[in-house]
Amino acid sequence: MTLDDLNPGDEAVICGYANEIEDEIRLLEMGLIVGSRIKFIKNAPFGDPIQIRLRGYDLSLRRNLARRILLSEPVSTS
Amino acid sequence: MAVVFDKRQHANTEKKILNAALVGNPNCGKTTLFNALTGLHQKVANYPGVTVERKSGKLIDTAGTVYRLMDLPGLYSLTSRSLDEKIAADIILGKSEHEPALDVIIVAADATNLGRGLYLCSQVIETGLPTILVLNMMDVAHKEGIKIDIDLLVETLNIPVIPAVAKNDIGIAELRDALVQLAKKEIKPGRPLIPIHETTANDVLTPLARSINENNSESDKPQEQLAIQARYAAIDKIVNLIISYPASTKSSLNDKIDRFLTHRFLGPVIMFVVLSAIFQTVYSWSELPMIWIENMITGLGELVRQNMAVGMLRDLLVDGVIAGVGAVLVFLPQIMLLFLFVSVLEDSGYLSRVAFILDRAMARIGLSGQSVIPLLSSFACAIPGIMAARTIHNTRDRLITILVAPFMSCSARLPVYTLMIGAFIPPIWFGGIFYLPAFTLLCLYMLGVVISIFSAMILGKFVVKGQISNFIMELPPYRIPVWRFIFLRVYEAGRTFVKNAGKIILSITVILWFLATYPRDEKHPNSHRIDQSYAGQIGHFIEPVIKPLGFDWKIGVGLVTSFAAREVMVSTLGTLYNIQDADGTSIGLRQAMQQDINPETGKPVFTPLTAISLMVFFVLACQCVSTLAIIRRETNTWRWPVALFFYMLILAYSGSFIVFQLGTLLGFT
Repeated sequence: MTLDDLNPGDEAVICGYANEIEDEIRLLEMGLIVGSRIKFIKNAPFGDPIQIRLRGYDLSLRRNLARRILLSEPVSTS
Repeated sequence: MAVVFDKRQHANTEKKILNAALVGNPNCGKTTLFNALTGLHQKVANYPGVTVERKSGKLIDTAGTVYRLMDLPGLYSLTSRSLDEKIAADIILGKSEHEPALDVIIVAADATNLGRGLYLCSQVIETGLPTILVLNMMDVAHKEGIKIDIDLLVETLNIPVIPAVAKNDIGIAELRDALVQLAKKEIKPGRPLIPIHETTANDVLTPLARSINENNSESDKPQEQLAIQARYAAIDKIVNLIISYPASTKSSLNDKIDRFLTHRFLGPVIMFVVLSAIFQTVYSWSELPMIWIENMITGLGELVRQNMAVGMLRDLLVDGVIAGVGAVLVFLPQIMLLFLFVSVLEDSGYLSRVAFILDRAMARIGLSGQSVIPLLSSFACAIPGIMAARTIHNTRDRLITILVAPFMSCSARLPVYTLMIGAFIPPIWFGGIFYLPAFTLLCLYMLGVVISIFSAMILGKFVVKGQISNFIMELPPYRIPVWRFIFLRVYEAGRTFVKNAGKIILSITVILWFLATYPRDEKHPNSHRIDQSYAGQIGHFIEPVIKPLGFDWKIGVGLVTSFAAREVMVSTLGTLYNIQDADGTSIGLRQAMQQDINPETGKPVFTPLTAISLMVFFVLACQCVSTLAIIRRETNTWRWPVALFFYMLILAYSGSFIVFQLGTLLGFT
């Protein structure tokens, strides 16, 4: 499962990155490390990018990047 | 030489200025802190050869020691790769060619987002330089029920930690006090987060060590990733010890606001209303002050004219210099108004929501949502639009945005469009829905947009280097803007424009005035024989070149003079046809142009086809010295404005050539 598969309100834990990802270092440095808990907040009005919450702050990133962030199963769904 | 040397030595012994740098994550209130520390004592320039802004100010500690405080670009890590982040990292690591070694580093961190701030802070501590940590936005943390054990944090990091609310000047005095300890060498380098002996082959310090050695080989990637993981693991441990979060996590005010502002339907509607209101306001509110400035300049010119002896000096002063100063100042209302709105949007947090909403459309042409406002503003005027591109974080995106902004049909093109459409496009309806003049105008605007999209793609693919933005953007919480900082930014925008672009605009205006005035019949110095001037001669000279576009020498003169500002085309044609006070709607000028017959061919000089050809030329050509001057200022090199000028000239020439030749071939004469 990837970050792209979550629905608004879902929470999950990062378990890794797909191999061909750009910007992995940048994402890691912003705190998206293995074990970080992520909450999917919402899609942008036109569907892309998405808004996520982690470590108490909100981040938006495009779906093509979200697709390469691997997650363990959702922790909770609201 | 000797004198200069002596002076320098004297200055050095008289007062020792220490060097300090302010670093922090984007959106941690770093700029607010910088403003609170330095007030109006700021210098804004660029780092040599790049678009990155170099901001420094004067900071005085409690004991009176003076610091030169540099406000470094926001960054998440010292190993970051983007240009502005690299510049910041180089200065911190003492590798910068342009900045002196630092005596102290002040790290600003958002108290509500301490983990990420500590990530950067721990790297800074490892440089071994004296470090002071400022926990900004303590008021927000307090309101959210976040409790931070400052004493424990001080003990852990072994550096001074100062809780602050920069917008209310809370913590500023304490920071000044802390700097006194520094001057007395009482601040020791901090404690690295992870004791160095605990690290092994996958050294936590590896990324930092590598960036110092400038050896970013791809094969080290897994190590670097492990190092980041390890650092965050250590930070999370500290954060768990020193911070307690409130138990309940009910939906905050922020989420409630977002429920409307980024709502699937309401979001775009609200955004459309907000942006339309802003551009309408920039467009209409700036009109009155622009008229005031023009009247003031005219008044001043008259005053000088009446009180000076007739002669070349008087004309130079009145028609050249004073008019040139007017040409600079007249942009100020639009620039300052747009910066007022953009600053409010940015500081309130809404600007990033605009980018969030519109990113999808911009991603297709290789830009991000952050380019929207600069490009939309350019429909009013490219000057403030290009300046507003400062809000774009990615340097590649920013440069591309700057270079395509001049294709947006600005308000200075409108008088030319109005004149040409009014005179040569018949006011007829076709298809029952299209009014031909309005449709023509729409097509001109669309042409600019289409070419800018095309150019953005070409530039992004082949010309402008740099990392393609993946648009990893923080959505900061909504905040109420601090007015004094908004006004500071508005003032700064106006000042840098006048100071940097103003010089270029003024000199070119004076040169163009000279070309349009001399040589002249000294017996009748008041007769405007522009056709005999140098500009007129240039017009005649380039006639063979512009003939394939359908232009005669009069248009050629206009092309020269309108380089000062596009709308000057209209007044130049007015002068050439002896029409007093011509503007875009002048009936006399329209008739004169309609009735003008080419003496060689016996045919009209202007046809609807020449009019369209000319308008296409004006859409595409960079007939504006101010645009080139501001691009010079913002990109910090002549390379981009010069390249853009020729690129646009070639496009304009080709566009008009195709229109006129194809039109002639199809019999539209």
